[in-house]
Amino acid sequence: MPSTIVTEEMELLRVDKGPGGGGFSGGGGDSGDSGDSSGATRVPQRAYITGMFIALAGILMFFMAFVSAYIVRKDMPNSAWIPLPVPRILWLNTLILIASSFTLARAHSRFTAKDEDGFRHWWATTTVLGILFVAGQIIAWRQLAAQGIFLATNPSSSFFYVFTGAHGVHLLGGILALLYVQFRATRKVARGTAVEVVSMYWHFMDGLWLFLFLLLYLGR
Amino acid sequence: MRIRKRNSGSAATPALLSLILVVLVAITVYVFASNLPWAVRPAPITSVGAEIDHQYDLTLAVTGTVFILSQLGLAFAVFKFRDHGQKAHFTRGSNTLEAIWTTATIVLFLGLGLMGHKAWAEVRFTPAAPDAIQVEVTANQFVFNFRYPGPDGKFGRLDPKQISASTGNPLGIDANDASGKDDIVVPTLTVPVNHEINLLIRSQDVIHNFYVRELRIQQDAMPGMVIPLHFTANAIGQYEVVCTQLCGLGHSRMHSYLNVVSDADYDTFLKQQAAGQ
Amino acid sequence: MSSHAHAGGSTVHAPMAEPSGFIRKYIFSVDHKVIGIQYFLLALTAVVVGIVLSLLMRFHLVWPNAALPFVSGGQMSQEQYLALVTMHGTIMVFFVLTTAPQGGFGNYFLPIQIGAPDMAFPRLNMLSFWVTFLAFVCIIAAFAVPGGAPISGWTGYTPLSGLGEITGPGEGWGQTMWIVSISLFCLASLLGALNFIATTIDLRAPGMSLMRMPLTVWGWFVTAILGLLAFGVLLAGGILLLLDRSAGTSFFIPAGLVVNDQLQAHSGGSPLLWQHLFWFFGHPEVYIAILPGMGVASHVLSTFARKPVYGYRAMAYAICAIGFLGFMVWGHHMFVSGMSPYSGFAFSVLTMSIGVPSAIKTFNWLGTLWGGKIQFKTPMLFALGFVSLFVSGGLSGLFLAQPAVDNMLHATYYVVAHFHLVMGVAAIFGIFAATYFWFPKMFGRMMSEPLGKIHFWFTFVGAYCIFMPMHFIGIAGGIRRYADASAVGFLAHLQPVHEFMTIAAFITGAAQLFFLFNFFYSLKFGPKASKNPWNATTLEWDTDSPPPIDNFGGHYPSVYRGPYEFSVPGAVDDFIPQWLEPSQVARVK
Repeated sequence: MPSTIVTEEMELLRVDKGPGGGGFSGGGGDSGDSGDSSGATRVPQRAYITGMFIALAGILMFFMAFVSAYIVRKDMPNSAWIPLPVPRILWLNTLILIASSFTLARAHSRFTAKDEDGFRHWWATTTVLGILFVAGQIIAWRQLAAQGIFLATNPSSSFFYVFTGAHGVHLLGGILALLYVQFRATRKVARGTAVEVVSMYWHFMDGLWLFLFLLLYLGR
Repeated sequence: MRIRKRNSGSAATPALLSLILVVLVAITVYVFASNLPWAVRPAPITSVGAEIDHQYDLTLAVTGTVFILSQLGLAFAVFKFRDHGQKAHFTRGSNTLEAIWTTATIVLFLGLGLMGHKAWAEVRFTPAAPDAIQVEVTANQFVFNFRYPGPDGKFGRLDPKQISASTGNPLGIDANDASGKDDIVVPTLTVPVNHEINLLIRSQDVIHNFYVRELRIQQDAMPGMVIPLHFTANAIGQYEVVCTQLCGLGHSRMHSYLNVVSDADYDTFLKQQAAGQ
Repeated sequence: MSSHAHAGGSTVHAPMAEPSGFIRKYIFSVDHKVIGIQYFLLALTAVVVGIVLSLLMRFHLVWPNAALPFVSGGQMSQEQYLALVTMHGTIMVFFVLTTAPQGGFGNYFLPIQIGAPDMAFPRLNMLSFWVTFLAFVCIIAAFAVPGGAPISGWTGYTPLSGLGEITGPGEGWGQTMWIVSISLFCLASLLGALNFIATTIDLRAPGMSLMRMPLTVWGWFVTAILGLLAFGVLLAGGILLLLDRSAGTSFFIPAGLVVNDQLQAHSGGSPLLWQHLFWFFGHPEVYIAILPGMGVASHVLSTFARKPVYGYRAMAYAICAIGFLGFMVWGHHMFVSGMSPYSGFAFSVLTMSIGVPSAIKTFNWLGTLWGGKIQFKTPMLFALGFVSLFVSGGLSGLFLAQPAVDNMLHATYYVVAHFHLVMGVAAIFGIFAATYFWFPKMFGRMMSEPLGKIHFWFTFVGAYCIFMPMHFIGIAGGIRRYADASAVGFLAHLQPVHEFMTIAAFITGAAQLFFLFNFFYSLKFGPKASKNPWNATTLEWDTDSPPPIDNFGGHYPSVYRGPYEFSVPGAVDDFIPQWLEPSQVARVK
């Protein structure tokens, strides 16, 4: 990261440390805040990063509940477990999602370099790849349906739909967040912070998908 | 900021609170000293039941002591240190004391837990002896059925599709299985005294539970599983069987009997059942 | 974290403008104080409903054939009783014990006690409340849907809860509403937990290091962490259960079940799996219910004994230890479930271990009182009651934690006695202590001391009268969730005990009217409260009663010392507040 070109927001993220830098009594006045000087609560930008970490922990536990249910069910004696033929398109979808993380990282570095056009280009690419991923997941669902494999068909299909459905819903949320940052100016949250937290979320969803995909693939 | 020299306030409230705590301890001690809890708890009819009772008593000795000391300690502190014009004694605590009472508690609690392990292991870690009498217990909304394998010593296969209480086949014994023809199905459990019994507990619909107080053991009847539970009853008599796991609107009516009988009576029971088929 | 004082004291900003309009001020408010009161009032409504349900239950146990005109059928039936059991438990655990201490008082006082102007995410906070409110509407709606309320207990074990109406009345729409309500509650709680944790980590005032936080804040903070990690699991379980019920999946339902002579078309799920998922959440949940109360107890005991909390650090660590161990003991609800007995042994050891930090806290509470100068105001009475009740309720846990003894006591009234004493009374006493303590700050008026004391005596004695005899019934073999005992021979002689408990319950229930009257009357007519009527030390007492919109009226405090500096030798006053600069502390010459 070029040392001379640093956004205000990034400065804050490094300066806000310890109880003394808690945000509103730090000497920085309004630059420490959201820019909303009309008196709404002044939250240090750092809090949004903390918030996203916390949110990801909660989301992780939610998915781990499904994962542990899956492992228990699969390994039950007399389980009558019929392995699911994982649709091939899932490989393509996975590649698309991995690619989207790369484009997102690129967008992030363009943002840091204050290259607005570059940022918007790569950010939009990420969004498009995300949408392609979701479309690909829907195609996978339709392929399974065409083979007569639905949610309640057998335990392994149930878990497949639950995993992909839950992940897909969360990813859609991520897409909405990407679009929001693309098109709307945020008020309380500094733009740099918004870019940061949305990136965290997206990379996490990518990593989570890799984990779930591996689980489904190895468990078949 | 000056504090007014406050008057100490009446002693009535702390006295009353201390009194209530002392009365609480007194009543509790009285109830236990008069053996009331042991009077309502029937004598165990298994040796492991006696061990469980012993562990209960040990736990009671420990927790009872802690209970009495804590509540009386609270009663004492509340009265002695009521505001009667004194200054409070400033202290942030004592690391030594913390270490002492933490260690004591760990030793006491874990020691207690480890001591109780044997009674649990005897029932759950150790399987039934190979010559134990096998009886299958089937729970469903809202009855117990007990199945004996009959003279051939084998349980017939079960087929849920053949369940029909109205035609006398509540368990769905497969009509095509020869070993099922001599199975004995009865609504109460009859066992010979001083013989090891191995119950195979299962459910047809929701979760139920098989519990006999005198045995001191219970086991959930888990649909999809057959769970063994073994015991050896050492006293002849009739004991009530209840379901302790909420199973629907008939939960409190789900009831049966355990009949512990002499060897001779048990043989008679088996013969009568065989003859009746 | 370093604890340097801020040169020149606290900084000054322009005071914040209040929102205008009734809706923005009181309904859709983003002010954590308003939201806290909203949660509190929701919990108050829920507890009244919950108590009424329990009184109906107790009435039925003693007079099962009494004519009850307001009940359909004229008399309470078995399934109606079980519906009461289910709804009482659900409403009390979720909408009272998880709502009032954390959503109510935590929301109101966490930001103020750490010197922040609001929670980190105020709009998220508002959303959390309204989703909780929606969840409450759903659970109440379960009474009104076809088939009525569910009968599977607050634990909702499958297959009873997973097969629909065929397993019993109320298992159709009623159970579905239950799942929907709980799922909404999970979402709301997750969002709330996020807010609490981020706020505590990032919004503390200068000088407010972790080891200077009031123990109330520690309680809310660790509780939020528990909630964050536990509620997601329940949400997942709830979704899977909903799928089993309406989409034909078989996560929790094995093959070959025959209910009412009908073979169920399910394939090989596991009812034990539901229990694991439920209790993985369920056990942390009960610590969520008690930890804030423990924090309040420490806080109030110290304030009214005019002594620092004995062993503050140990207390903070104990809260963390209880939280951490709380995630490892869930199997002690499942000793006789058919779970591996070796797991049972492991869970038992861990459960006995969790008694250790709880014991440490009890010793430290006694230590706080020892050598004190105790003032018996109503908040203090309830805090003292909390200690007594927590000891009584906690000790019976030691019996249940041992699987051998649990073989005898599982699903008897002994368990009911245990969890009611710790949750249904001790935790409630924590809520009462908090209410009486903080009412002056929240509403600017004092509650009546005489009425408060009457409320305390009746409730303290009454609660013991209701729940101590339950141990006795449990030892005798009294089985829980029984609508009536008439089918079982050995239960008949216990009826007099049930009668005693029922009468005690009605009296104690009626005595809560003292509290309700005191609360609402004092809102309007109580004597005006000063900034710091209890001469307490934490930051909320540095601001007006009630506080202005941004909590401190434009000036943000700095913190110079720990939260329990009472009776410090060499100080003129018997308390030194956290916000007072060292140079301003009056010292004896």
